[in-house]
Amino acid sequence: MLSLSDQQIKNLELKANDIRGSIIEMLMEAGSGHTAGSLGMADVFTALYFHSLKHNPHDPFWDERDRFVLSNGHICPVLYATMAHVGYFPVQELFTLRKFGSRLQGHPHREWLPGIETSSGPLGSGLSQAVGMALADRIDKGELWKRFIYCSLGDGELDEGQNWEAIMLGGKEKLGNLIAIVDRNKIQIDGFTEDVMPLEPLSKKWESFNWHVQEIDGHNFNEIIGAIDEAKAVQNQPSVIIARTIPGKGVPMFEGKPEWHGKPPSKEEGEKALEMLRTLGGRIKSEHQ
Amino acid sequence: MIKSDQKLNPKIFDKDCEQKPIRTGFGQGLLLAGEQNENVVGLCADLTESTQMHLFRDKFPKRFIEMGIAEQNLASVASGLAAMGKIPFMTSYAIFSPGRNWEQIRTTICYNDVPVKIIGSHAGVSVGPDGGSHQAIEDITLTRVIPRMVVISPCDAIEAKKATLEASKTKEPTYIRLAREKTPIITTEETPFEIGKAQIFFEEKNPKVTIIATGALVYKALVVAEEYRHKGVGMIVVNLSTIKPLDTETILEAVKKTGRVVTVEEHQIAGGMGSAVAEFLAENYPVPFHFVGIRDKFGQSGKSEELIEYYGLGEKDIKKAIDKILDTNKIIGENLHAEEELVV
Repeated sequence: MLSLSDQQIKNLELKANDIRGSIIEMLMEAGSGHTAGSLGMADVFTALYFHSLKHNPHDPFWDERDRFVLSNGHICPVLYATMAHVGYFPVQELFTLRKFGSRLQGHPHREWLPGIETSSGPLGSGLSQAVGMALADRIDKGELWKRFIYCSLGDGELDEGQNWEAIMLGGKEKLGNLIAIVDRNKIQIDGFTEDVMPLEPLSKKWESFNWHVQEIDGHNFNEIIGAIDEAKAVQNQPSVIIARTIPGKGVPMFEGKPEWHGKPPSKEEGEKALEMLRTLGGRIKSEHQ
Repeated sequence: MIKSDQKLNPKIFDKDCEQKPIRTGFGQGLLLAGEQNENVVGLCADLTESTQMHLFRDKFPKRFIEMGIAEQNLASVASGLAAMGKIPFMTSYAIFSPGRNWEQIRTTICYNDVPVKIIGSHAGVSVGPDGGSHQAIEDITLTRVIPRMVVISPCDAIEAKKATLEASKTKEPTYIRLAREKTPIITTEETPFEIGKAQIFFEEKNPKVTIIATGALVYKALVVAEEYRHKGVGMIVVNLSTIKPLDTETILEAVKKTGRVVTVEEHQIAGGMGSAVAEFLAENYPVPFHFVGIRDKFGQSGKSEELIEYYGLGEKDIKKAIDKILDTNKIIGENLHAEEELVV
């Protein structure tokens, strides 16, 4: 597997930093929304949309595109911000998040914004939809995977039983075109996942359902992109990438704290967060400018 | 009398009128749909034969997915298939689908606006011995409250076959309600059928009551209407197989002639077919109205016919409702709606 050049990695890191800045700005403007998970998944989303996914921002309905299903719909700020930065719509439109008439609904709606594959928000049903998409491609094209179906899941979301119905079916059907990515940030609304409803040993659970499992550092671009490449190479099993992330990543005062799961920064907190991203926390950016 | 343009079963009132489970019509309709459109796929939650999907499975094994006992996954996997251009038909018992998986149907199918066809078999108390846990008598309410959903409750196996085939050609999320037990064949292959169109099956000159029925109980409504014909009291019987969208034109046409309505369904009155008709008439053409349906009770074990009687859904209950409404009208006046007063 080819590893990325230093320059490629730097570019992706800069892009992720910009996306984090946009997430903070849009949540401040909206006055509600989910901060921690959105910041935590910025690196994974940057890797997907700026490197791994087969897609075309200028032709969102291109038939041959990979499909990306956001099951944890509440982290849509990171999806919207990434889509804007990669060219689906103007970055300025991010400021309409959660407002009346906006295409950026509080939880994503397929019909409102081209490029969104499924409407989501109620947790636990995205993986089932991704399994359905993967099955459709198998019915049409047999085992020759021309495109891949990706599904982003939260770890707290795995409390929902429907996921395990989907995981069972994915394993049974040996869907080599299906790649799930779990945001293993260990927090959910009521606290830490291992207190609310323990998930460990999480890798073993997926393995026992006949999935190909990789655990990675969700903030390391070489690991993220390497894991996606490996998942694509697995032909007769669905894959899951358990991405260990830091909720609130990039803004130390938000990092690792369950209370930032579902609230936006105030104006003051947001300004401070932006400053951190641009200067202290934004060390990466300043090094390369 | 039976309207000749509806080309109903000529032996409809004979003792040897043919009987078939409504669900068998679905099985045949799906087979036809599968032959006509290669995008039709089938999913079932471990009830393939009893929901009659085995015919499709055996003919198109690659387009059939055995889901196991997992109705929530059933609904959302169907949504994913539909997002890729498939026309998924998903089957289970109505109590589990749309019962158990209601939110998945709402969000991943209807809110998503994908053409999934939800087939709920074994609906109503007529399932019989399995008991109240398995008798779906809330499913019409659950489905018709969701925006975009089309709701169809065929009156016999032949209509179920046509409804299935027609549903395979539409973009709308659709719920089709089926029953387990054998019930009389009312229609023929020649009987007209269109999704969204109610049919007047029976009409007398100078009719007194419009009976609007759905599902297998349409037969009992017809038997009762025939009996009143012999007594010299005219009836109209409307087969309301599509409950949503409601064919307000046909309902209004019939109700204007009688000024009285009795609705008949094997379902809770709350939110059911009668409620849908009442919602429309209350706002547009209020008339004396009586519901034949289940009054806020669960089902129980028993024979199909004895449960129909026990829950007040039989011929004698339809007659009671008719007599009561004829009586009411004497009190509140025959000319509740003289033509010149109409504002519709």
